[in-house]
Amino acid sequence: MPGQRKVYAISGGVTKFAKAHPDMDFRLMVKRAYDYAMKDVPNLKPSDIQSSRISYFSDHFARQLKAASMVQDFLGLNPIDSRRIEWGGATGGQAIQAGWEAIASGRNDVCLVAGFETMSHVQTWKGNEFIALASDTNFDYPVGGFYTGYYALMVQRHIYEYLRRGKFAGVKDERKAQKAAAEEAKRIMAMVSVKNHVNALYNPYSQYPQKLSMKGAMGGEMVSFPLNRPSICTMSDGAAVMILASEDVASRYTDHPVLISGVGCGTDTMRLADRPHGKVPLFPWESADYYANLDYPGVHSFRAGRTAALEAYKNAGITNPGEELDFVELHDAYASSEIQTYEDIGLCRYGEGYDFVDKGYPFLENVEYGLELPGRGKMPVNPSGGLIACGHPVGATGIMQGVFALWQLQGAIGKHFGDDRLQIRDAKRGLIHSHAGTGSSVTVTIMERS
Amino acid sequence: MAGPRKFAKFRDVMHEVDRKGAAIYRNPVGTEDLVVLSPYNVKYIHSYAEDSQFFLGLANGKLLGSECTSCHYRYATPRSHCMNCGHETRWFELPLEGRVHSWTTCYFGSEEFLKETPFNLAMVEFDGVDTLLLSRLTGVKEPDIYIGMKVKAEFRKKPRYLISDVHFAPVRQKGKGRPD
Repeated sequence: MPGQRKVYAISGGVTKFAKAHPDMDFRLMVKRAYDYAMKDVPNLKPSDIQSSRISYFSDHFARQLKAASMVQDFLGLNPIDSRRIEWGGATGGQAIQAGWEAIASGRNDVCLVAGFETMSHVQTWKGNEFIALASDTNFDYPVGGFYTGYYALMVQRHIYEYLRRGKFAGVKDERKAQKAAAEEAKRIMAMVSVKNHVNALYNPYSQYPQKLSMKGAMGGEMVSFPLNRPSICTMSDGAAVMILASEDVASRYTDHPVLISGVGCGTDTMRLADRPHGKVPLFPWESADYYANLDYPGVHSFRAGRTAALEAYKNAGITNPGEELDFVELHDAYASSEIQTYEDIGLCRYGEGYDFVDKGYPFLENVEYGLELPGRGKMPVNPSGGLIACGHPVGATGIMQGVFALWQLQGAIGKHFGDDRLQIRDAKRGLIHSHAGTGSSVTVTIMERS
Repeated sequence: MAGPRKFAKFRDVMHEVDRKGAAIYRNPVGTEDLVVLSPYNVKYIHSYAEDSQFFLGLANGKLLGSECTSCHYRYATPRSHCMNCGHETRWFELPLEGRVHSWTTCYFGSEEFLKETPFNLAMVEFDGVDTLLLSRLTGVKEPDIYIGMKVKAEFRKKPRYLISDVHFAPVRQKGKGRPD
């Protein structure tokens, strides 16, 4: 990017995501990830770190205000510059970008990005209540505040716009057409659940690796129609750490620095009800004609994700993400939002997300899913298993994606996972995507091998 | 005095803590973790401030939307200033009938609403209004709900001054059992 210093990721660490870590409080979880990251760059001394960006989503889960200061304290980083980053589900992605800014601006040469969440402190349904407080508490929460419900509302309209009015446009009976479209969407969302759970079998950091079949994925207990349990991420405890460095110093610490070549952010209304019904912000390769009859984003798509991708691609000089990216780690809190995100970030056009899965494009070549996947390996998405299978300790999640992307681009998946099956061969460039608050806040970050 | 009881399953620890206030988790990693109950109850004094008229309207059987005084964009969920041009809005009465723009049936929910499951949520659209309203949809079950279904507002007789003072139900045509 012009006028800015180049920023590199040089190391990372992840504390295995789990339902609960009663043996570690949030500080020790971060410390474990930090120690792992430091061990991978032995020439880096703690005194070389000039600032930290520490992320966690919820004071309710933490039940400790200023928890970021306590992490700073526990890691022995005082008295250097530090701040807490919070941006809902995109907290981790935003923390990486905050670290990037600390270095790109010339202020620091080395910045520590650390994130955590301790969601096990309350029972699952209370946890869902805390998360739902990240919706308008006057107008949305009291109606029956439940994030899975909100995402179900969004995918229901997505199904209507793109399957009912697409593949099932010929069906005259409105109700039959909508039911057929929903069944088709459930089948394709189940494919996403299978992909992510099966990928996670080879990721020792994941919380829910599972040899999930289509039958298991389709038959899961319904939570909010059409989203069932296997299509939804769960509550987790976990931490992740990423160390960023300037071009001037990165080579002192590693032979395999990974360039952060593009950052982008986007936002949208907190209330779904307020989302505009306007025009699609187009990628340079898209034509307005194709979306002539589409009200955008409505509640079916994420304008924040599209906006973030537009900025990140511009910065990274990407004009054809389908060809120029080797893999994507995106925020699949729901199988539905994985499909919606393909379209937002331009892996395909709006409306083509279901077909993208059905053709097998986001599946890995080296992994056996028990599915017929003619186009597999075209664009591996969530090779790590994503949020659905890795877990989603919110403040750590976006950083976890960054660490997995870093290891992919260093060709070091085998080293860190103890198994290189998930290693994308010759991966040169990847995209990480962090998403919050029913699509109200999204970051997209491009990372590439240097 | 006997100390907290020990459990090898974390689920059992959670039950014990809920009942007795403390338990010890025999963690497979080799530690013994003391887990305690830590309640947190708060009563907030909450003002609806610039949105107050909307909630008073619900108590009078009215749905009040906001119309921008400059660009005339019309909001079904009120806001005092227009998100497009920043100008002030004025109140207007929304129609009491609309259509389902999107919907879901929740079989689980957050703790506060878990006892009410299953319940339906709907985004409601109104003719001549640019944005939507999120509400419960009652009187109809999952297999019979569809996008485009006509619905009408119903109000709670004893208002609680919450958005849930209004919910929607299918408009039923005379002589037809099925919602239209």
